[in-house]
Order: sequence, then C-alpha cells, then structure tokens
Amino acid sequence: MGEIFVVVEHRKGEVREITYQLFWKADELCQKLSHTLTAVLFGGKDEGLVNGIKERADRVIVFEDERVANFNGDLYKELLAGLIQEHRPFLTLMGHTPWGMDFAPALSIRTGYPLATDCVDILVEDGRPKAVRQIYTGKIFSRVAFKDSQGYLVTVRSGAFPIDKAGEHKGEVVKKDLPADLPEARRLFVAFEDAAAGAIDITQADLLVSIGRGVGEADKIPVMQELADRMGAVLSCSRPVVDKNWLPKYHQVGTSGKSVKPKVYLAFGISGAFQHVAGISGAGCVIAVNKDKKAPIFRVADYGVVEDLFKVADALKAKMG
Amino acid sequence: MEIIVCVKRVPLTQEVDLEINPQKTDIRKDMLAYSINEWDNYAIEEAVLLKEKHGGNVTAVTVGSEEDEEVLRRCLAMGADKAIRIDPGKLSLDSVAVSKTLAQVIKGMPHDLVLTGVQADDVNEGSVGTMVAELLGLAHASVVRAVDSEGDGATVRVELEGGVDEVSKIKTPALLCIQTGINEPRYVSIMGIRKAAKKELNVVKVEDLGLPLEDLAPWTTVEQLYLPPETEGAEFIEGDPATVAEAILRILKEKGVSK
Repeated sequence: MGEIFVVVEHRKGEVREITYQLFWKADELCQKLSHTLTAVLFGGKDEGLVNGIKERADRVIVFEDERVANFNGDLYKELLAGLIQEHRPFLTLMGHTPWGMDFAPALSIRTGYPLATDCVDILVEDGRPKAVRQIYTGKIFSRVAFKDSQGYLVTVRSGAFPIDKAGEHKGEVVKKDLPADLPEARRLFVAFEDAAAGAIDITQADLLVSIGRGVGEADKIPVMQELADRMGAVLSCSRPVVDKNWLPKYHQVGTSGKSVKPKVYLAFGISGAFQHVAGISGAGCVIAVNKDKKAPIFRVADYGVVEDLFKVADALKAKMG
Repeated sequence: MEIIVCVKRVPLTQEVDLEINPQKTDIRKDMLAYSINEWDNYAIEEAVLLKEKHGGNVTAVTVGSEEDEEVLRRCLAMGADKAIRIDPGKLSLDSVAVSKTLAQVIKGMPHDLVLTGVQADDVNEGSVGTMVAELLGLAHASVVRAVDSEGDGATVRVELEGGVDEVSKIKTPALLCIQTGINEPRYVSIMGIRKAAKKELNVVKVEDLGLPLEDLAPWTTVEQLYLPPETEGAEFIEGDPATVAEAILRILKEKGVSK
C-alpha cells in the first residue's frame, strides 16, 4: 500500500480551493489503488488550518514554523524533498498555481521524480500514472507518460476537479519540526498588494462588454468603450489587453484578474484561454464574437458569432439608433 | 550586471486550425508561422531595460535548430550583446533535458540574473525556468511582473490569483520567470535585425557540453495527442452583421439587461 501526497495551499488564513480539488482527485486514486492520502501543510505556530483539512486526509503532516507561515518556495522544496525521501509517495499532487509553479519543477530536479504540469486529469495504467494536459490554448489534448520512477509529481490545473469530499478519513495529525540543517531561504516574503483596485468594479456589472486580443490595437479601445456606454454595459477585457497597456488592470477578467458574474457576458475577440474562462464561470449567459471558428471560447459560450468583431459592434450601434 | 535570457521560438497557433501528425505525437508544424515566445519577448526586454539602467551585458540563449536563430537575431536587435544557440542535433529533448543543457551552458558564464519566460506558448509546461534554477542552485521566483534590482538582491513582484501581488526580496544571483505585461517590448525593425547581424552568435553542440547522453533521456513523453472531446458548445448565430446584432439585442432583452 502506497501513499498519495497533497500539498496544501493557503493564503491569508484560508485554504485555497485548488487544495480541495487535489483532495478530490487524490481520494479517487486512493480508492482505486488502495493508497492512503497524506496532506502536507506548512503553517505558522499552532496552525489552525489543520482542522479544516483533517477530514479530507488519512494523515496531515504539518510543519509549524514562522519561516513557513507564508509561502516560501525555497523551503517548501527543501522540506518536501526530505519528506518524499522518507515516505516515497507514489504520487505528489500540487496546484498549477503561481506558487505550485514556483517550487514543483525544482522539486522534480531535486528528487529525480518526473513531473507533469498543468494537468486536467490523471489516469493510472499498469501501476503507472499518465497525465492529461491541454496544449496550444486548449486546442489539442495531450496524454503524457512518465519514465519509470518510485514516485511521480503532478501539478493540477485549477478547476479541473470538483471540490467535494469523496471519502472518509480519520485525519491523524503529525506535527513536524523544521530540520536543524534547513538552509536559509533566499527569498523572503514582504507583503501582499492589491494590484487590481481601481476606478470601476467589473464584478458588480450585470452586462459586460469584454474585449480581447482580437481588438488589435489601442486606437480601437474607444470604439468598444462607446459601444459599452451605449449598451449600459461596463467594459472589461482579457489579459492581453492589460499586458499591452490598452486598459488598466482593474478591467481584467480571469484567474489573475477578477471573477465576474454578469447576467450577460459579451466577449469580443477573446480566444478563451482557460485562465480567462475560469473568470466567467459565474456568468449567466456568454455571447462570443470571434473570427476563429475554432476559438476555445465557443466551447463555453451559449451563443457564438463567427464574424469580424467591429462589424458586429457597428451593427449593434446602428440598431440601437 | 551580467544577465542571461533563455528564449524559445514557437509556432503561432492563434486563429489557426491545428492538425495532429500521423504518429499523433505532435502537431503538424510545416504550414505554421513562427515567432519568439511571447513571455520570452518580455523577458528579453526586461533584461535590456535592466542593462540600460545598471550597465553590463545581456546574453540570449536558445536550444534549437538553425531556424531558431531567427529569435536570437531578434534578441540581438533588441539590445542583447551576444547570443548562443545550443544545437540538439537529432536528439529530442524534454523540458528536463532542455533545462540540463541550458544550465550546463550558463554554468560556465558569469551571471547575476537569469531570466526566462513563465512558460512557452506551445505546450505550456512552465517548468524550464525553475528547473534551470535548481540545477544551478539559484534562488528563483516565478510569474514575476516587476523587478527592482538593488545591491546583492532584488525586490520582485509576483502575480498571484485574483489581482493580488506578492512582493518579496530575493538574493542574487537569481533566476526570474517573467510574466507578460511586465514592460512594453520594443519594436524590432528589419533594419535593426540587419544591423545586429554583426553581433556574436555562437553555436554549441549538445554532445560537446560534457553531459552523458543518458542524462538527456526524457522524463516525460507525449504518448498521444488528440482533439478535445466534442462538447455541445455555442449555438451559432448566422447571418449578416445586422441580423446578428438584432439577435444579440433580443438575447439581452430576454436576460433583462437591455438598455
């Protein structure tokens, strides 16, 4: 009987949703393979978060130390490498999040365990895991095989699995001290800052006119702003528009921007990368206008229009008089 | 300040119908146009900006064939001082093997900062940067959207979810994985690329790096590519723009959001 590790991610006193998604998948695999589920939690002194996750794992290994009270990729990697050497878990699941991306590849090199990143599913065939990934902005799926190894590492895409509880666990808590020879972290946390505060709040709008890379150039922003104004909508956008400085960050919808829940989301020239789509799962109705019939946005939209977005924008203005 | 930037040439796949090759291990790339990976374009710009501020040298490195030199020439035109292409020959390298060859080359060069893009716009693994850091024993940060270099360290701003940034201090030498939007990459003209042709571009063969060949065996392999499973997807509204506009306004009215 082997073990599956889930690395707990938390911020500002709350366990991140990705962690529960990892638990869900780990549960499924543990049942299938008769493995036990071990959660690994890094926290401060008398870490209270352990209570919230106990019921999701057979064992919670918790490192309580101010040095790991906040995320620290250097120390997570060191401590996990030690723990992996000790336990030899069959599988270690981590979030494909900014934090997971920060230590998982280093952990792979460190342990010699192969890593598949950004996975949307994990299969097990002949005792070996296989990872399912999406590549080329989700246009192609890829099944990835690992080299033979004692254990395997996987980072999971946010939203790939449900958050529900799928098994009963006794949740034995095992407290661990940081080893005396733990190296000093080379990167130290300073502060969290809100980078998306601003003049408008896209999360409260009932109707969003949202623009993406397809808008093409900065000069075209006023055209779409005018359309939004005429429709009584708020203007939002996808990441490339903010990257190019065409709109400030507080307009951005998606994983690294805001999650929105309008009654109608009107997407113009947005291809629909998963980071964007994750931000509109709460929208009542999605209407997408895009020249590319194969754009992934059409897989999640309720209505689709394959057309030049400016032609549709102009026609909408004309109809509204 | 000595800065090394790892870059990659990738196919442009937005608004393109992709086909899978007969072996089902890759997409058909013969008809695709190529460009520098978007994240790497921001990384090279950041390196040049840091050099302009603090002095020093920027070296661009790629692992690839002669065709991939195109992105190195672009980096040279943007302000890199020299470029290195690591030629894998007939070897097919996974991200671990690519990281090992990059680390092997970088090890022999002075470096205060190593920059990579967060990920590449092809298979989106996002692992090479942090793997190179670990192989070189460097401090690192991923998803970096601001860098302020000072003395023997730097203040970095990492982009988290939900519009939250994490500010941290990192010791140098360090490796930073650069996020898009960190700067505004400069325009590169044909003339600029021509001028940069005089700059140094060296080619190193993988077999000359002193890495045992078995060390470059893949840790992961693509077993099979396939098209996404069919979903119901959108109901398409057909017709000329006027008809489409009418239909959209009707939906807005139904949903109670028409003005």
